[in-house]
Amino acid sequence: MSPSSLHLAVALDGTGWHPASWREPVARPHELLTAGYWADLVTEAEHGLLDFVTIEDGLGPQSSHPFDPDERTDQVRGRLDAVLIASRIAPLTRHIGLVPTAVVTHTEPFHLSKAIATLDYVSTGRAGVRVQITARPNEAAHFGRRTIPPIEDYDGPVVTDLFDEAADHVEAVRRLWDSWEDDAEIRDAATGRFVDRDKLHYIDFEGKHFSVKGPSITPRPPQGQPLVTALGHQSVPYRLIARQADVGYVTPHDTDQARAIVAEIRAEQETAGRAGEPLHIFGDLVVFLDDDPAEAAARRDRLDALAGERYRSDARVFTGTPAQLADLLGEFQAAGLTGFRLRPAVLGHDLPAITRGLVPELQRRGAFRTAYEADTLRGLLGLARPANRYSAASA
Amino acid sequence: MSKPLKQIHLAAHFPGVNNTTVWSAPEAGSHIEFSSFAHFARTAERAKFDFLFLAEGLRLREQGGKIYDLDVVGRPDTFTILAALAAVTEHLGLTGTINSTFNEPYEVARQFASLDHLSGGRSAWNVVTSWDAFTGENFRRGGFLPQDERYSRAKEFLATTQELFDSWQGDEILADQASGVFLRDAKAGSFVHHGQHFDIQGQFNVPRSPQGRPVVFQAGDSEEGREFAASGADAIFSRYATLNEGQAFYTDVKNRLAKYGRRHDQLLILPAASFALADTDAEAEELARIVRRQQVSGATALKHLEFVWNRDLSSYDPEGPLPDIDPDVSDNHISKGRAQVRMYRDPLATAREWRELAAANKWSIRDLVINTGNRQNFIGSAGTIARTINEYVQADASDGFILVPHITPTGLDDFADKVVPLLQEQGVFRTEYEGPTLRHQLGLAHPDDVRGEQRAAS
Repeated sequence: MSPSSLHLAVALDGTGWHPASWREPVARPHELLTAGYWADLVTEAEHGLLDFVTIEDGLGPQSSHPFDPDERTDQVRGRLDAVLIASRIAPLTRHIGLVPTAVVTHTEPFHLSKAIATLDYVSTGRAGVRVQITARPNEAAHFGRRTIPPIEDYDGPVVTDLFDEAADHVEAVRRLWDSWEDDAEIRDAATGRFVDRDKLHYIDFEGKHFSVKGPSITPRPPQGQPLVTALGHQSVPYRLIARQADVGYVTPHDTDQARAIVAEIRAEQETAGRAGEPLHIFGDLVVFLDDDPAEAAARRDRLDALAGERYRSDARVFTGTPAQLADLLGEFQAAGLTGFRLRPAVLGHDLPAITRGLVPELQRRGAFRTAYEADTLRGLLGLARPANRYSAASA
Repeated sequence: MSKPLKQIHLAAHFPGVNNTTVWSAPEAGSHIEFSSFAHFARTAERAKFDFLFLAEGLRLREQGGKIYDLDVVGRPDTFTILAALAAVTEHLGLTGTINSTFNEPYEVARQFASLDHLSGGRSAWNVVTSWDAFTGENFRRGGFLPQDERYSRAKEFLATTQELFDSWQGDEILADQASGVFLRDAKAGSFVHHGQHFDIQGQFNVPRSPQGRPVVFQAGDSEEGREFAASGADAIFSRYATLNEGQAFYTDVKNRLAKYGRRHDQLLILPAASFALADTDAEAEELARIVRRQQVSGATALKHLEFVWNRDLSSYDPEGPLPDIDPDVSDNHISKGRAQVRMYRDPLATAREWRELAAANKWSIRDLVINTGNRQNFIGSAGTIARTINEYVQADASDGFILVPHITPTGLDDFADKVVPLLQEQGVFRTEYEGPTLRHQLGLAHPDDVRGEQRAAS
């Protein structure tokens, strides 16, 4: 595969990213809570040789409002835990990466660490996680352990603190993954020892919001470190991506923006002392794909009419043909993005359009793999299996 | 007219972190690779077992300030592994132990409701409590819970999750593509809970699952634990797999049900049980003897004695006599993160009793530990084991058993192939699953039907 090859992920959420997507005939809105629905989506993505799927999640009902519930009844509401969906699908697939969303603001790093490590075991090395913060007061009230002040400013102290906490969370999770050395299980019948306790490590994480002792109860997972990913739109989340992520998702609307965002993250990466480490920067795009560009635009208009308002997104909304999208991805790639996370507007329509339209188009251009070339998600992304920080320290 | 035969319930306990798994045997496999879990679950399903059971522990055990290294160490995340097992089985119930101390109701309710959806109604929750600051060091909430509050938190935790499960009726999702109405009720999932341990409100975001609520198991043997189970659990994971102790426990717990308005058949008593199965009874006795010696090495015997003595006994010879010094009765215990330690409530009396036993039988330290603990509950040929299990169940020592093999992951294979067919021939164990959900296998009503029954009665 050529080094210029791009990476492709697809973001799964409900029936798709357009709020009226559930009303399309292909949408299967009655099946959203079944394993079969998710198995079909992930299998389709795997047929398209995609690097991975992400699965959205949240600790409260979906809402069209950024910080409060909206009490709407005309959109998909209710969902299943994304880590469990990913795990339920893992034994049914063989190559594709599985990257569920986890909200780190109200959850335990210890639990998340062993959950993603276990996902890595059940998928034999295909696990990742997309870490997300929540500043929603209603979600805080579901836990009752803290209140979150109203957000005035996305680069202000409340948001900064939530992202700093998220960085601590990921640090604790990563240390827990390393808390067992790879060869800690020795089964030494002569001495009767199952493990070599010198290869099990207390992580002794101490942060502003919590501390974690360790070691994990789960041995180091197949990838050593499963993939950590995060979405960012501003400097504060870019810093989280630069400090702790393997893949960052960003939302440029044109190539100049893409270039600027990549430069900012690379600078943050250097500040964080990770300049030499590989960090993928993926562009997020909402996509309406049809063979005729007018058809794609008309489909968007039709769904907007059903929704009663123009669909807007943090990410660029693309309507057009697979060939036009391949052109755009090429331009963005030239601006420094290393891959893309496509958000299908209607999963039942736009996911197969990606796997059966876009992928062959990219393959014709020599820009995308024609077979899975690695057994692990890190391998697909060209990321090495990291050395264990504790064995490195003791060596 | 004779009493109709009770139907036996059987479950499979994946042999995880414990001191009974023989990890050194040539046939012993991985305790963490998914293929081991898949093999074990498929065997249990082939045998038409009710469910698979997973234990949990949220901190690695320590002894004398060091991580305990003689037993199997390492296990997966409960929810994640059960969700994956739902993909390789169709009917088997999936029971996970989840701690009510170091979790939050909203999160646990989401996970169980999700597991119930993703398994088509096969999830069950073994509610356990923890109060120790030792485990708390791994968690954000940290610290501990005073011992007398652990059941009050557990009770409120369970009640709160049930409020969350019940916050959806089950008919709210209309998803009418023509009219554009997805939800019938904008308030679906609304809940308010103000209590001593939890003060929460909002909207639960997982719609009602196939079983309505997961099946609830409870483990624990204290007065409070028995009462907690009688008041609301569907099944008890007990430790009394002998005839007399089992009958006493069974009678005691079942008699507590009436005051909560519950019938005898609304709470199943399922002890954990181990077995040694061979072609003949004599061979099984020999196998049991060998397994017990494999389970208790000299080093393990000394560590086991330390639970009672609460002192470093590493200088003693495991093949020699018991220590003549007395146990240290201070609270600063040498062993951490291990439930057995609490079984020895009077260490001085236990030490005295063990010294007398050892002297009378000329037992070494290792002989003593082998002979006082870990004895297989059922030993014999397939015919003997099938007959004994059935006798125990018909005599109300239990409603069935949760079997814990000593080998991972193949330790259940022979039981499935040899014992189960005999129970089926006797007409006391199913030959086909009773229905799609775990409630069907356990003969438990759907909670919505129970609610209807209670409404009709009132």
